[in-house]
Amino acid sequence: MKRIYLDNAATTKLAPAVFEAMTPYLTEIYGNPSSPHYFGQQVAAAIDKARQQVAAGIGADAGEIIFMSGGTEADNMAIRGIAERYSSRGKHIITTAVEHHAVLHTCQLLEKHGYEVTYLPVDEYGRVTVDQVREAIRPDTVLVSVMFANNEVGTIMPIPEIGALCREKGVFFHTDAVQAVGHLPIDVKAMNIDMLSMSAHKFHGPKGVGALYVRKGIMLPALIQGGAQERNRRAGTENVPGIVGMGKAMELAVGSLEENAAKMTALRDRLIRELPKRIPEIKLNGHPTDRLPNNVNYSIKYIEGESILLMLDLNGIVASSGSACTSGSLDPSHVLLAMGLTHEVAHGSVRMTLSEETTEEDVEYVLDVLPRVAERLRRMSPLYHG
Amino acid sequence: MYSEKVLDHFQNPRNMGEIEGYNGMGMVGNAKCGDIMQMFIKVNDDGIIEDVGFKTFGCGAAVATSSMATEMIKGKSVDDALKLSNAAVVEALEGLPPVKIHCSVLAEEAVKAAVEDYRSRQAEKKSE
Repeated sequence: MKRIYLDNAATTKLAPAVFEAMTPYLTEIYGNPSSPHYFGQQVAAAIDKARQQVAAGIGADAGEIIFMSGGTEADNMAIRGIAERYSSRGKHIITTAVEHHAVLHTCQLLEKHGYEVTYLPVDEYGRVTVDQVREAIRPDTVLVSVMFANNEVGTIMPIPEIGALCREKGVFFHTDAVQAVGHLPIDVKAMNIDMLSMSAHKFHGPKGVGALYVRKGIMLPALIQGGAQERNRRAGTENVPGIVGMGKAMELAVGSLEENAAKMTALRDRLIRELPKRIPEIKLNGHPTDRLPNNVNYSIKYIEGESILLMLDLNGIVASSGSACTSGSLDPSHVLLAMGLTHEVAHGSVRMTLSEETTEEDVEYVLDVLPRVAERLRRMSPLYHG
Repeated sequence: MYSEKVLDHFQNPRNMGEIEGYNGMGMVGNAKCGDIMQMFIKVNDDGIIEDVGFKTFGCGAAVATSSMATEMIKGKSVDDALKLSNAAVVEALEGLPPVKIHCSVLAEEAVKAAVEDYRSRQAEKKSE
């Protein structure tokens, strides 16, 4: 059976050119970059190159990039680091109700240590406004952390506006850009971003590697102790093949960003336009236009997300859902609930995230299969009386 | 994560839908938690469940446990149907992931609710 992978927000396929770039560092080039000899310096040079590639992708300087294990660690380091190092400026943090758990749980941890956190509510599209942030900033606010784009519903936050505001107010600004890097144009300088989290496997790089951009002048303490790697900011021998892969993946993603975004946006919009014509009573989750080029998220009323996914999977379509059954808890997605969806409608969400490899045929197949899946499950549902 | 048996019952649910002339109906669970099961039974004068049907809003395990429960009580007496345990449903499905055990509990409760409804309807009839 042909399988169509529409879960690219979860993870993406390693690009062949990235694999090629990594391979020597998994085989014959194996030195430790901290070693002063030839073997070590050969690898240190490869890390330098990757650092430049990653920095160039977001308009940063190479010295502002710290490599680490992934987006989750980057979020932890940024938020805990600011809290620890700059607590004398105040112990108030502003974030949003729809952040990834890497941000939310870190903020909750800080609350246990005497920090006050404001979780800004979002509108029906999952967005906060710059005015909300402005009103929430207090004299003791030390950090604002707002995601670049939402992982579930794809909605893009007003990052440049929030960046300008934070700069004006003298408050640090962190953004979790795990879903945005490689998909949306980012310029940390123009957007006044102080810290930005990224993860390689979301843009066809390898898993287990990510980076935090930290603007020059901000001193974050190391989260992991035990060595002088990453200029004392992240101990532990570097994940060399991963870092090299991340650099290459960034170069490729940013190099074809516009072309890929245009292609995915066209397919995304065909799905967004056509699905309501073929399935009555469905609701688009997220902003209709201000959203990631690859994100489609619909709630199909009267049916439940996991059974939708299962039936799609049996038909060769791989997607994801914000239903409780897929989150491992009793509650559906905190993002959908924050946007004002009822539990029932939130349970029926299905997220399809495209890649540049998604074809028109794939989209036509989804448009053929999903309405039949919805109809079949609705006939089973005691809530449906159609 | 699901056994072949679960996937089979999910893809080819047995006794799906409301049945004609049912005389007992139970509905358990709630949409907030993401599972609702509705069970219809038609009991004959000898107290045997002649026909049974279900409707379910929920995950794959919820559909499969409802389907399996209907198979296990069809042709049985209402007294036997009340003895149906969630563990028996899980066993018949060749296991469920731990987080899905509550679906089998819901299936057991749906059967009990349908039988209870049947009994209260019978009691009402007698008192008329």
